[in-house]
Amino acid sequence: MTILVIAEHDHGALKGATLNVVTAAIDIARLAGGEVHVLVAGHNANGAATDAAALQGVAKVLHADAPQLAEQLGENIAAQVMAVAMDYTHLLFPATAHGKNVAPRVAALLDVAQISDATRVIAADTFERPVYAGNAIATVRSADPIKVVTVRTTGFDAAGRGGSAVVAPIAAVADSGLSSFVGAEIVKLDRPELTAAKIIVSGGRGLGSAEKFAEVLTPLADALGAALGASRAAVDAGYAPNDWQVGQTGKIVAPQLYVACGISGAIQHLAGMKDSKVIVAINKDPEAPIFQVADYGLEADLFEAVPELVRSL
Amino acid sequence: MKILVAVKRVVDYNVKVRVKADGTGVDTANVKMSMNPFDEIAVEEAVRLREKGAAGEVVAVSCGVTQCQETLRTAMAIGADRGILVETGEELQPLAVAKLLKALVEQEKPDLVILGKQAIDDDCNQTGQMLAALLGRPQGTFASKVEVEEGRVRVTREVDGGLETVSLATPAIVTTDLRLNEPRYVTLPNIMKAKKKPLVVVKPGELGVDVAPRLQTLSVREPSGRKAGIKVPDVASLVDKLKNEVKVI
Repeated sequence: MTILVIAEHDHGALKGATLNVVTAAIDIARLAGGEVHVLVAGHNANGAATDAAALQGVAKVLHADAPQLAEQLGENIAAQVMAVAMDYTHLLFPATAHGKNVAPRVAALLDVAQISDATRVIAADTFERPVYAGNAIATVRSADPIKVVTVRTTGFDAAGRGGSAVVAPIAAVADSGLSSFVGAEIVKLDRPELTAAKIIVSGGRGLGSAEKFAEVLTPLADALGAALGASRAAVDAGYAPNDWQVGQTGKIVAPQLYVACGISGAIQHLAGMKDSKVIVAINKDPEAPIFQVADYGLEADLFEAVPELVRSL
Repeated sequence: MKILVAVKRVVDYNVKVRVKADGTGVDTANVKMSMNPFDEIAVEEAVRLREKGAAGEVVAVSCGVTQCQETLRTAMAIGADRGILVETGEELQPLAVAKLLKALVEQEKPDLVILGKQAIDDDCNQTGQMLAALLGRPQGTFASKVEVEEGRVRVTREVDGGLETVSLATPAIVTTDLRLNEPRYVTLPNIMKAKKKPLVVVKPGELGVDVAPRLQTLSVREPSGRKAGIKVPDVASLVDKLKNEVKVI
């Protein structure tokens, strides 16, 4: 068995999600034997390749470098993975927007099924994954010769550093010519990334406006060194940018502490945060479903409780 | 331009599903079913493109049991011109659906195929990408904006960290994210009109597609529940618990 992890990176370094996928790959290698390799496809991505080579448990890093790989277009990255896919028994991607974009394309080109959002490795061919917004956990087995899997990053710890794998350059595939990159609007963050944060402060419709959202929750996030999240209701109402959305269709998070302020707790939201270690809910509605999953519930007006909480930290 | 939209019949998103006691799956008997919410957004987008004059015909497709005809009628009540049902009682996995859609795309020759980004039952998020791969066409996944240009489609995508815009050569495959649009309510007159629109039923065999499942579901279980928490009377005791009991701050 040789397992390939397709790295998500910003060219300079790996993105955090890749580290969790490497741990899932090591889990498979431990059960079935074999090596873990990492593919870094990009342009001027030496930093990311070096970063991958330093991960514990990684035996080899494949590095494809070409301008047509710079924008990480799904068509080109999938073709790059296909160029080496036959050498592997497993192709593992992070279950992020990038991994979810590319993995099914690769699976279809290989004519194999894909396993989405694996949360646990049971055997080399058997994985657990949540379905129905996390309300059921399915155990699925693949009989395909190559297993294409996206890994839910909150299901696995991040791989440690201290390894020294070899970096092997490989030939880059030609541009597909099917799609082109026009531009990007990336939100600048001066706080921890949502999916990697140890503490998350999250707001819902109860905040009432974008101004109140920022005014009430930012001091709490600052005091805790936390990332800011939001429910879909808050995002749809324009209180918070959409990449802050926690839930079935947004980000799946599992921090040490999740503070839900003015969030009722719809099942779609719970699907995104119920694996958090400690959940705190601040809501004035005693019947809000969020209290059924909260370790500590405070039934109070958040506009009074949150500033008081900030003062007492 | 002609648009093909794929719609799936799923357990309604408001239903709290129950895992069957024997662990073989989720209980779907006598449960309210409706169109997958992302697919409603897909149909709405196709109909809006036609209303803007950017598209000619909108064809809705569904794969599955006979009752999927209701889902197709809903799509036609939103505004799709006609429906195609690929009828089968077999369990359909994304790769099989992608192959069925590929066969229909080759027949219908649309310039754009719009699907939801994921179905809320299997939560796979695969079919659109797989269809694009099988057809050798570009994909615009997680779309929050779609603009039709001469021979191309410009798609703004929701990615981690923000938005990204790509330009795709047509025919192209687009999958919808939540913020693409707000689907209209279907009105009674439109429901009545939808009943008269053409709906064709075909079988996977007629399309030459083998739909046998590739993944075997060994078991389905309830997620491990959380221990019941407590309510704290005030902020001071909340801070005390977080600092001294669970030590997370």
